[in-house]
Amino acid sequence: MNRRELLKLITAATGTAMVGGTAALAGCATGSREAQPPTYTFTEEDVRLLDEVAETILPRTDTPGAKDARVGAFMKVFVTDCYTPQEQALFHGGLPQLEASAEARYGQRFMALDTAQRTELIRELDREAKAVLAASGRLHYFTLIKQLTLFGFFTSEVGGTEVLRYVAIPGRYDGCMPYEEGERAWATR
Amino acid sequence: MANNHYDAIVVGSGISGGWAAKELTEKGLKVLLLERGRNIEHVKDYKNATKEVWDYPHRDRPTQEMIENYPVLSRDFPLNESTYGMWADEQKNPYVEKQRFDWYRGYHVGGRSLLWGRHSYRLSPMDFEANAREGIAVDWPIRYQDLAPWYDYVEKFAGIAGNRDGLNVLPDGQYQPPIPLNCVEKDAAKRIEKAFGGKRHLIHSRVANITQPKPEQGRANCQYRNKCWLGCPFGAYFSTQSSTLPAAVNTGNLTLRPFSIVSQVLYDKDKKRATGVEVIDAENHQTYEYTADVVFLNASSFNSTWILMNSATDVWEGGLGSRSGELGHNVMDHHFRCGASGEIDGYEDKYYYGRRPAGFYIPRFRNLGGEERPYRRGFGYQGAASRERWDRDVAEFEVGADLKNALSQPGGWIIGMTGFGEILPYHDNRIYLDKHVTDHWGLPVLAMDVEIKENERQMRRDMIQDAIDILEAAGATNVQGSDWGYTPGQGIHEMGTARMGRDPNTSVLNGYNQVWDAPNVFVTDGACMTSASNVNPSLTYMALTARAVDHAVKELKKGNL
Repeated sequence: MNRRELLKLITAATGTAMVGGTAALAGCATGSREAQPPTYTFTEEDVRLLDEVAETILPRTDTPGAKDARVGAFMKVFVTDCYTPQEQALFHGGLPQLEASAEARYGQRFMALDTAQRTELIRELDREAKAVLAASGRLHYFTLIKQLTLFGFFTSEVGGTEVLRYVAIPGRYDGCMPYEEGERAWATR
Repeated sequence: MANNHYDAIVVGSGISGGWAAKELTEKGLKVLLLERGRNIEHVKDYKNATKEVWDYPHRDRPTQEMIENYPVLSRDFPLNESTYGMWADEQKNPYVEKQRFDWYRGYHVGGRSLLWGRHSYRLSPMDFEANAREGIAVDWPIRYQDLAPWYDYVEKFAGIAGNRDGLNVLPDGQYQPPIPLNCVEKDAAKRIEKAFGGKRHLIHSRVANITQPKPEQGRANCQYRNKCWLGCPFGAYFSTQSSTLPAAVNTGNLTLRPFSIVSQVLYDKDKKRATGVEVIDAENHQTYEYTADVVFLNASSFNSTWILMNSATDVWEGGLGSRSGELGHNVMDHHFRCGASGEIDGYEDKYYYGRRPAGFYIPRFRNLGGEERPYRRGFGYQGAASRERWDRDVAEFEVGADLKNALSQPGGWIIGMTGFGEILPYHDNRIYLDKHVTDHWGLPVLAMDVEIKENERQMRRDMIQDAIDILEAAGATNVQGSDWGYTPGQGIHEMGTARMGRDPNTSVLNGYNQVWDAPNVFVTDGACMTSASNVNPSLTYMALTARAVDHAVKELKKGNL
């Protein structure tokens, strides 16, 4: 909320600014408005898949994971409401690609993979996404999934209060509080 | 018509209008306070004040629908879920951009006093002298000494947390204890002091967030939630609602009328006095007239000028105050969005508790003491040090438990700051009426034709390089200087368009903010500014308003208005 601080957008460990909640690029907007953009919908299956992909990125350990924070359901709402048609197209186009990668590597759909296989596949997609971004500056669908996983998880109540720390009414400010490694970070600035 | 008469009418209920209403009512005048937007009642109507980020379906990010409804707001940070509906409706209130101008308006009771940055600095003696010394625009009709007692007066009431730093460039005021610097900032301050031979200073920001309660105003001290923009249920920051409006209401002399768009000041050309105002009811579109002995225009810089442009047009085509040829001209803002950031090694065993609504400030240090940079005036910085959060890059962990574990802990310390630079008053930076475009009520709208020029562009080079030098001196590494680009209006410090001066032929207002051609009309918001300084302006509007009311009431008693 403090606009005067760093004007840094969320990079979310994905090497690029947060996608969503920004206007369509001027160059694209005119074209897409004339041609009716296609409407995308999420099936319940999509949400379950996203939950599992998110859980692979941020798994439950001794603290809650992405599924506990209902990250899949959050992605559905955020992509539908905050993404431009072009961004939605990239995101929705990514789900069959993710399944195709799973099929190519293991001969099975993502949901059928075991935890180790899922982690391996997601690591590979993460590298692929970073490589595409580095080489061409283009966004890879997995970058969107990872951003929304991190954003959706750490801004959730579960993420903010059980994985990070949150005090609704701090009441005072201490600018020099002792900190020991391993202690949780504050949820918000 | 008897019940439509008041001793005074105040147009606009933001920072300066709230002050005008408070001062006038406390001096015993019956006051009508007109506000074009809806009412927002203190605490009761702060509907998001206790919500958390997870209570918003989109976690406080704007949706495409919001972006479509607010094409201007969506250009920058202000459009979000938590403050949605707190900015003027852009569909009903269009304006014309001869050049791109980002205009952020608060059309509701309290105006932008609910949505301000709260940094509260005094202009310095040199700010009031600069135009005359440099032969730029016109001289301010007042000096620092004229305003100093009024700064004292408004600071005590508003409640400013700050430190008395004893710097000539930034006069000290009447402060409550400052909001603390964190340990990284404290050490940075010492290093900067040493590195620049005591010529550059990192100090506490001075903000209108109280650190000690004000029980007489029903206000608690800051609770460090950093949710000021959602309305503070503790009344811990200065706003019309928390401070000036209750004071005015308590006198029993105030009538507040929301949904009241003032379309013109009614003018008696024989008496050379305003007789009142014409109001269009924003809801039923009916027109009403209210009369008064004195009128204060506090509708926000551009809207106060808009009212003048629409007033007494049978006498002056360009409106009341246009005789000078300066009405609508000399638009200023503060240019910003450039600076630097870097990393601070160490302090891994230090963190902070609480969320500050403030940070540090570095007052102007350029073009002082005989220094001559290739531009006029100067700039200050606002910044903060903090530990990185979950949105940082952790290259060593791609996905999985290690990633989650790493992001659950704070990252390293970072420090960053943004410059705020003075914009000179250029005659050709102007707003004017565009009669071909009308708003929801059929009223002509403003057109904006404003740009920064070579002086500001030159200054921005220093704003970036000096930020790099200062942060490096503070011990930061990997320091990156940046220019994020500036568009006029983004500072949300629009000023000028009805400047104060010493001569009715070159200024719109005199030294007490009276319209030269209608001495019972006062303009005490940002429109009156003769130059911009580089410090945040709202505190100065408060002081100018209190001073103008004092003068107005004395003049009324003498029968001069």
